[in-house]
Amino acid sequence: MTLKKDLKTPIDINWCPGCGNFGIWKAFSDAAVEKGWDNTNTVLAAGIGCHGHIVNFIKLTSFEGLHGRAIPLACGIKMANSRLNVFVFTGDGDCLAEGGNHFINGARRNHDITIILHDNAIYGLTTGQASPRSPKNKKTKSTPDGNHDEPIDPLRLALSAGATFLGRVYAGQPKELKEMMIAANEHKGFSVVQILQPCVTFDKLYTHQYFRENIYQLGNDYDFTSREAAFAKTFEWGEKKIPVGIFYKVDEPTNESQISQIQQKPLIKLPLKRNLSKLLAKYK
Amino acid sequence: MGWFNKNNKAEIKIKKSEDTEKFISPNFCFKIGGEAGFGIMSAGVTFSKIASRSGYYVFDYAEYPSIIRGGHNVMQTSISSEPIRSQLRHTDLLVALNQETIDLHKDELLENSGIIFDNEKDMKLEGIPKGVSEFGIPINKIARDIGGSEIMRNTAALGAVMAVLGGKIGHLKDLITEEFSNKKPEIIEKNHLVCQAGYDYALEHYKDKVKNVLKQKPKLPSQIVISGSEAVALGALTAGLQFVAIYPMTPISGILHALALYQEEYKFIYKQPEDEICAVNMAIGASFAGARAMTATSGGGFCLMAEGYGLAGISETPIVIIEGMRGGPATGLPTWTEQGDLRFVLHAHQSEFPRIVLAAGDIEEAYHFTAKAFNLADKYQTPVVVLTDKQINESHMGVKAFNTSDYNIDRGKMFLTKDENYKRYELTSDGISPRSIPGVGNHFVANSDEHTEIGYSDEEAKNRLEQMNKRMSKLDTCAKMDMEKPVLYGPNKADITIVSWGSNKGAILDAIKEFNNVNFLHITWMNPFPSEVVGNILSSAKFVLNIECNYTGQMASLIKEKTGYEVNESFLKIDGRPIYAEEIVEKIRKLL
Repeated sequence: MTLKKDLKTPIDINWCPGCGNFGIWKAFSDAAVEKGWDNTNTVLAAGIGCHGHIVNFIKLTSFEGLHGRAIPLACGIKMANSRLNVFVFTGDGDCLAEGGNHFINGARRNHDITIILHDNAIYGLTTGQASPRSPKNKKTKSTPDGNHDEPIDPLRLALSAGATFLGRVYAGQPKELKEMMIAANEHKGFSVVQILQPCVTFDKLYTHQYFRENIYQLGNDYDFTSREAAFAKTFEWGEKKIPVGIFYKVDEPTNESQISQIQQKPLIKLPLKRNLSKLLAKYK
Repeated sequence: MGWFNKNNKAEIKIKKSEDTEKFISPNFCFKIGGEAGFGIMSAGVTFSKIASRSGYYVFDYAEYPSIIRGGHNVMQTSISSEPIRSQLRHTDLLVALNQETIDLHKDELLENSGIIFDNEKDMKLEGIPKGVSEFGIPINKIARDIGGSEIMRNTAALGAVMAVLGGKIGHLKDLITEEFSNKKPEIIEKNHLVCQAGYDYALEHYKDKVKNVLKQKPKLPSQIVISGSEAVALGALTAGLQFVAIYPMTPISGILHALALYQEEYKFIYKQPEDEICAVNMAIGASFAGARAMTATSGGGFCLMAEGYGLAGISETPIVIIEGMRGGPATGLPTWTEQGDLRFVLHAHQSEFPRIVLAAGDIEEAYHFTAKAFNLADKYQTPVVVLTDKQINESHMGVKAFNTSDYNIDRGKMFLTKDENYKRYELTSDGISPRSIPGVGNHFVANSDEHTEIGYSDEEAKNRLEQMNKRMSKLDTCAKMDMEKPVLYGPNKADITIVSWGSNKGAILDAIKEFNNVNFLHITWMNPFPSEVVGNILSSAKFVLNIECNYTGQMASLIKEKTGYEVNESFLKIDGRPIYAEEIVEKIRKLL
């Protein structure tokens, strides 16, 4: 059992007041308490950006790696110990710019890990440059004349790459966010949770108010097993038409389920000492 | 002043000097050449194994361009009744499966050498030195008529080779059976018939010219024929490798080929990553979770790994990295050898962190250093690089089968019990902190940011000093506890002391056999560096000749940096070809 107090660390939270990261942090803590995620069964990997600080505020064993490289770290962790719940905390710059190749290939291999994508559509930690999620024509410190580039849709990208669970939630929906994190972790395969997370300091467009006004919940009539339906949904964006909820969920063999040597025991429990005489004989 | 070979042709052209003659006996050099796709490499390795099974020492060496079909491939095997560790410049028997092989290699033939060629094809033998025995064999016709496909031309040629060298055809047939054990029995049978036909044709037509080079001798006990890449793979398996991610790259792809095949049998994971950045980070993740982890690459891939190298350093995550050097920057000379990455692996990544760097000198050291690297990585919780090069990775040598059961797995300060006061980066006198893994119940953060003893991000000056000092002091501990002295080969007192590192070892050892007044210091620990021993040996030497395959003399400058000693002369080679013993003999003769 995990209690709220078990997750507390002595480190003061250093996100800006009102930052969407608070909602993510609280929802994840609530999910951990509800599901009993603790240091015997759960591990976190994070990249670099405002999101990455979360490892200092949740008392769960973590690896804060390099900018953009949390996904390969998590893949390695999961293959070494497939019994662990493995979460990746990443940002839109971390995941889609610096780490784009790992996001695509991690999805393609369908590792059984959960990607918590803090999407604030801006570079917060480096004080306000455009990110791969910044809308076209947006003025930022790095795009003073307006952004020339089209934003990436991370769910569409992950869908085409082979991810098997795709969800989107706004950071100000604590209950939905907690449930989405639990569902994503329980899904066997590469799960992406895109969290619309306002940056209250450097972005005046994607504010809390903007998302409150413009998101809508995918209804019961939406078929999340349809790849085509999910693909179509990823094109919806803008006033009153930002869908949230589970976009896509299908069962496919995971990377880890296809590695026969770890089906009985996790890799780290397998013997290190081997009799290699048969192999040596091949070189005679 | 260095010695640079600017002209490839000059490299191939050999002088029939006294130096060359010295190497003819008791050594014999077999060479087979043809287009890429003709099965040259597999024929070469087969020949090496035949020679080994016939009771001889062997060393082989391949040259090929970076393409799959077309282009000139050549593989040569030196065989000897005495240990041999390098390739030779001359050729005693040349097997030419195409005209280009004759044109490019005829100058390597000596009087009394032989050439096997296809006498049904219009092959031109002009310019072959006088006295060379010509063995015309209808190689393609035999392959086509008896085997049903020209693809078996290398088998037909090897059959003829067995005849003219007085070898046992049974060795070749055994190897064919082993090689094709997963294929249909007809394939084995056809290949047997083809090699027998090549053998019979050669005996029938050239019986009087047979040389008993491969005459069966008592078998060398437990000799195996293995490449450096295969030796690395075996070293890793011996050491208890559990996770390995390698992006394919010459010259280290042989490591992944050797490993991927056995992952189910020996219960470890090989994963092909999308790039070297992923490779190193995956391995770091697996190691953080408790697995013994490795990656391998060449210089270009190591450029991408530089970032993860430092991550392993600051997060104190054990990892073994094999860096198999090849020629040139960027894509450079992809299939050729060089020793240009010593300074790179010693300095790659920003700022400073403890790194252990070893350089293997031959295939046996590639095995032992790889195995050792796993213990060092776990013990010092830091990245360990083993430098090899194409000459080591892709050559095969006859070596005594490795004693894999002697290895003791040392996981270092593993801490696998639950403790509320556990500190991952606890300050300790030897710099090494207790290492726990996820799942045990201990909370900690492995952190790329500077961090506290728990692992929380922290930028306070006092903490930075403590953690930096702790990490760097691991190198002092390693120097005291584990660093090995370099070996001085040859007489204690000498007129010339050669200092070198890496794969030059083989050619240097073969060369100094010719002298009783030349010795050789082979350096294998690059960081930490055995400054005192190296300084003492070199400063008391009469004349020091440094030998390296790079432009700037990276080892000479490292020696100067670490010991203050400046070598008398450097012999440097940068054309992608390995150093030949003959070149070293010539150099020594000039200096003496």
